[in-house]
Amino acid sequence: MAEVTFTRPEFRVRIDKELCQQCGRCAHQCGWGVHKMDEETGYPVPDSSKCGACHRCVTFCPAQAILVEKNPLAYKGSDSFSPELRKAVWRQAETGGVLLAGMGNDKPYLRIFDHLLLDACQVTNPSIDPLREPMELRTFLGRKPDKVEVEYVPDGDGVKPKLKTEMDRLLQIETPIVFGGMSYGSVSLNVHRSLAMAAKELGTLMNTGEGGLHADLQPYQDNIVVQCASGRFGVHADYLNAGCAVEIKIGQGAKPGIGGHLPGEKINEEVSVTRMIPQGTDALSPAPHHDIYSIEDLRQLIYALKEATGYKPVSVKIAAVHNVAAIASGVVRAGADIVYLDGFRGGTGAAPTVIRDHVGIPIELAISVVDQRLRDEGIRNRASVIAAGGIRSSADVAKAIALGADACAIGSALLVALGCHLCQKCHTGSCSWGICTQKPELTRRLDPEWGAERIVNLVTAWSHEIAEILGALGVNAVESLRGSHERLRSLGLDQQTQEILGVKPAGIGH
Amino acid sequence: MIDRPARKYGGLTLPGTRIPDVGRRPSYTVEAEEGILGNCGLMGVCDEAGERMSGELAVRSMASMHDRGNGLGGGFAGYGIYPEHPDHYAFHMMYADEDARQDTEFYLARQFAIDHEEPIPTRAVRGIQDEPLLHRYFCRVDAERLQETQLSEADYVVHAFMDINSGIDGAFVASAGRNMGAFKGVGFPEEIGEFYRLDEYAGWTWTGHGRFPTNTPGWWGGAHPFCLLDYSIVHNGEISSYGINKRYLESHGYQLTLRTDTEVVTYLFDLMLRRHELPVEIACRALAAPFWKDIDLMAADDKEFYTALRTVYGPGLLNGPFAVVLGMADGMVALNDRIKLRPLVAARDGNRVYVASEESAIREICPKPEKSWMPRAGEPVIARLRGAAFGAAPQSVPAEVN
Repeated sequence: MAEVTFTRPEFRVRIDKELCQQCGRCAHQCGWGVHKMDEETGYPVPDSSKCGACHRCVTFCPAQAILVEKNPLAYKGSDSFSPELRKAVWRQAETGGVLLAGMGNDKPYLRIFDHLLLDACQVTNPSIDPLREPMELRTFLGRKPDKVEVEYVPDGDGVKPKLKTEMDRLLQIETPIVFGGMSYGSVSLNVHRSLAMAAKELGTLMNTGEGGLHADLQPYQDNIVVQCASGRFGVHADYLNAGCAVEIKIGQGAKPGIGGHLPGEKINEEVSVTRMIPQGTDALSPAPHHDIYSIEDLRQLIYALKEATGYKPVSVKIAAVHNVAAIASGVVRAGADIVYLDGFRGGTGAAPTVIRDHVGIPIELAISVVDQRLRDEGIRNRASVIAAGGIRSSADVAKAIALGADACAIGSALLVALGCHLCQKCHTGSCSWGICTQKPELTRRLDPEWGAERIVNLVTAWSHEIAEILGALGVNAVESLRGSHERLRSLGLDQQTQEILGVKPAGIGH
Repeated sequence: MIDRPARKYGGLTLPGTRIPDVGRRPSYTVEAEEGILGNCGLMGVCDEAGERMSGELAVRSMASMHDRGNGLGGGFAGYGIYPEHPDHYAFHMMYADEDARQDTEFYLARQFAIDHEEPIPTRAVRGIQDEPLLHRYFCRVDAERLQETQLSEADYVVHAFMDINSGIDGAFVASAGRNMGAFKGVGFPEEIGEFYRLDEYAGWTWTGHGRFPTNTPGWWGGAHPFCLLDYSIVHNGEISSYGINKRYLESHGYQLTLRTDTEVVTYLFDLMLRRHELPVEIACRALAAPFWKDIDLMAADDKEFYTALRTVYGPGLLNGPFAVVLGMADGMVALNDRIKLRPLVAARDGNRVYVASEESAIREICPKPEKSWMPRAGEPVIARLRGAAFGAAPQSVPAEVN
């Protein structure tokens, strides 16, 4: 019995032999080795058990001869003990291990964004046409004073106002969308190159994630946020100064309270140099920072990083957990210029499935309670709020901003733009799309210029859509939507959730 | 005044706390179930030399814009109208009934020294009906009492204003400034002017307003101007950024109870002018901010200044169609939204600066102004009483230049 597995393949791969040209491209394209060419017949013989439905072979088959379908195998029905749960039990009974998964929580929890509706103007206040009038998405991230002090200085025959208040350094972004941290090592260098080039062209920010910054990306430093996470991979003085801001990563929405594990197979020579660890060793990020065991410790690290960088803005990334409002307030009081909230649908290269699917809270609720808490304490201007973890469209961005976020960070959507099909097998390191892998034969599939163009297109399209939404709302600057719960209504949410969100039900006017 | 020990308010309430509910009378502090939308007409005139003009002038100007209102609200604010009590806070009160009056008088007597009080004089006018009880009180702040609370005098008065409006059902403060007053109600502006006998007052600044609420019954307190301390606002338009403006003000301790967007305009001016001590022309640049595309073309130091102003006051940006006229102790400011979605015309004749929704309303009271112009979007028209410093600005700029 030793070799027998009870888990049957999730998908079925079929080759239409009438169409197949026996070219072998499918076998070449699949990173997991689903397709093996039969030397005798010349046709590929698929091993469905390895298939993740990533469509790489389907996309590149010149004859459209490949069909990937759900395995229709019937299981005795049970609403309680689903086939997925049974398969998990079988796999754990076979291996004794923690189940891993990539990307974000895919369980059917309530998707609050899909129960929120935006407003529009009719008659009494005119809507604004973004094709004819300026529509401003520019956003500044960082610490702002509560008020501006002015002095007057001579100007020709008269005087003009001059800024007397000393401002902290702010990050200017041309659209309220930044890129979430995805480390070099978990994703390929070509992904990082695509992101950096796109961030520069869009006037927004990419985030290194915790794997350091490859030397090739130095020219993009005005658009790069460098991350300092618990593993401190690739962190040194030049690295900290190589970006426009530093982010301390405390937690991640996909795996709150959990460290990271990049398997040794992904640590090739270049990753090893960038991360400053030996080639082939596992890169283990501890669950906590071992120099942060309290909010005072966080404050010390924030100011150490500010000292090291000449007071560049410091962002602190936390996962949205039950007590997120109080934690965020503490983070702001500890000196963070940006609080980055990562909701429970946030993506990851690898996480224990049990953590990914069962820990944390939705980003929509986190935005609302954090924004309200900071307002109640009179410290909302002291830090910007970035919302991430489950932002799938421009509508989500607009709704997150209306709930109180200064900007949104996206990660999964960027990878989808690059070809990711959400197969959730990032942790295998054999991504056929060349995204979440370090194998040279796979990473070279992603041309950075092509990738950058796709990302620029995506974010540009979303920005146009956000401009349309603002125009319909009758405002011409994104700050007039930011935190304006009044422009949202809920549909089908329970009363308590509405109260936490601070949103009225649809059908109620002003 | 009737002393009713059963209803003690315990002195000045702390910010954020409410006076206990004093009854189940119709609330005067909530405008309506639905918000107020609408079109309106407005005007303002300021004599920069401080020469006083009859209120009849403002009434006549508004009458010419009769069709911009629908008879569901009209009002005026006059400055310099109480020369016999120039330093008293003139509380113009509206009461639903005697109980509200007694509760409020009990409260006012606790907070202030009332040197004079009287019903606001009115005359019967066809078309004006269901008026509330109208009373005014000339109040001083007792120095000792002020010291106990550790508040500035202005904050003390603001707290009283908010306490009454949010805490006493059936009572509404129409205005509580010095040497100024608001006269407003349900009716066409010319009827309201006649009703309040404005021809018997003289002031150096007047603003006027006629309302066209589209989906609510008229309500006396909801007419414009809307006031706080010496500030008065008349407003035509709708603030589409109301939601965030309201939350921004709430985090600064303002209680927004009226569900009308004019309230946020008034409080934003109070926050920026009084509490943040911004010069009025700078406050206007924060409320109707220049576009980034224009800021990008500025010289480095100007760019730095306007970038700071926009980033700090972004939540206070007034977005949506509006024209407002702000009356102040030492002048008058008219301001349009960033893309001029509501009409506003200005004119000057000698020392007098005029603004109105329509030029005809100016020519009605000043047939041949020396100059008339259409203020550009977001560019304030500022009339200053001679000698007025206007915040930190060391030098007055003529209304035409701003």
